[in-house]
Amino acid sequence: MSTKVQTPAPQPQAASQTKAASLSNEEILRYSRHLIMPEVGMDGQLKLKNAKVLLIGTGGLGAPLGLYLAAAGVGRLGLVDFDVVDFTNLQRQVTFGSDDVGKPKTAAAQARLSNLNPDIRIETFVTKLTSDNALDLFKDFDIIVDGTDNFPTRYLVNDACILLGKPNVYGSIFRFEGQATVFGMPAGPCYRCLYPEPPPPGLVPSCAEGGVLGVLPGIVGSIQAMETIKLILGAGDSLAGRLLLFDALAMKFRELKLRKNPNCPMCGEHRTITKLIDYYEFCGVRGEEAPAPDVQVPEITPRELKSRLDRGDDLYILDVREPHEYQISNINGHLIPLGELPRRVHELDSSREIVAHCRSGKRSAEAVDFLRKAGFRKILNLRGGILAWSDDVDSTIAKY
Amino acid sequence: MSVKVIIPTPLRVFADKRESTEVTAKTVGEALGQLTNEFGKLRKHLFTEDGKLRSFVNVYVNDEDIRYLSKENTPTKDGDTVSIVPSIAGGIF
Repeated sequence: MSTKVQTPAPQPQAASQTKAASLSNEEILRYSRHLIMPEVGMDGQLKLKNAKVLLIGTGGLGAPLGLYLAAAGVGRLGLVDFDVVDFTNLQRQVTFGSDDVGKPKTAAAQARLSNLNPDIRIETFVTKLTSDNALDLFKDFDIIVDGTDNFPTRYLVNDACILLGKPNVYGSIFRFEGQATVFGMPAGPCYRCLYPEPPPPGLVPSCAEGGVLGVLPGIVGSIQAMETIKLILGAGDSLAGRLLLFDALAMKFRELKLRKNPNCPMCGEHRTITKLIDYYEFCGVRGEEAPAPDVQVPEITPRELKSRLDRGDDLYILDVREPHEYQISNINGHLIPLGELPRRVHELDSSREIVAHCRSGKRSAEAVDFLRKAGFRKILNLRGGILAWSDDVDSTIAKY
Repeated sequence: MSVKVIIPTPLRVFADKRESTEVTAKTVGEALGQLTNEFGKLRKHLFTEDGKLRSFVNVYVNDEDIRYLSKENTPTKDGDTVSIVPSIAGGIF
């Protein structure tokens, strides 16, 4: 049984804010392509002008979100991000230009979006979203859009939205797959209805096995922008109650039914969560440093390896990355991708001393652990992987 | 009953990069069992040590979440699609 989801009732206005009641002639011209559609019209454009949307994250998803919501005339846009623009972001975060590398993302995004639409109000919050600031940050906005890249923040955004009764337009991506839906509608499900618990770190593939097709967040973020605009206008059928799955390589969209869990501890009939928690603890992550390697194995640093090779030591370099990584850069190791190691372990000579490496040292640590358990005694992990080799030994080796 | 099991991107690395597989199964539990027989490495990513489906992995028969049907006892018929849908958040974890 499908249910059409109604737009949320308009939020009460703060005494200091007055709703815009009309559009200037310039606005009418700017939005003419909206106004000539009965689904939008003057009423709809005014709703957009009076809408207040908070974007959590101004990265891959935040880029199309910011651009399209600004273009549509959302009157007040908040941007939350504490990060600076990195060179590697330019592959997908299309609000930024080469000149923005090193600048705070919110400032760069604000400049771009203001140029696109000088009539709207753009506020930036250069802060990490935490349990201490989320409720205050969210309360003045109508709709929250989740464009983040980690589990603790997703649960935080969800819980804050449910506590405040705000819709949460959700989108997430991984490599070339995406998900989108709308959580937090009255009588609708929340993120915890879908996933009561996050995966413990280390159990979902991470590291260089991730990566993403740059245009994928462009598509999913645009879907989120569309859903946000539909909520504001009260038009069409919201994704609330439906999980949209997108496979970019197959170019297929699928839809799964998303039900509200009656026993959900956050939005169910007998709520047990009444305030924001420590989400890093919930997700099993401590602090911001790179997680410690899952396994403790004997290591060698790049400099030590270089000295030993220069000395003429007979070392077998085992590269456990994928073939496409080997093509980017390599140190002439013998390539056996980690996934193939169990099947190809017979190719290795356990009487030789072996140094295993990958991109950053995590996968090769697993390889060393596996080989030690298989009886190999002369095996070391290259600490920091080929990235550290590039930093400390040979900067001509490309980092990626 | 011939059932297609769809393997989501984050788990394909443990399934020889396959995006789906056909199994013969009368229930979802059987279908997942066949899947983990074929691809042993998937087991720990789908199930806890005591054989329960992990809570960040949802399973659907066609478009219905099995938690609202009969969970692993949900029957499957010819041509059904079993989808595994794990939690994703951009690859930081």
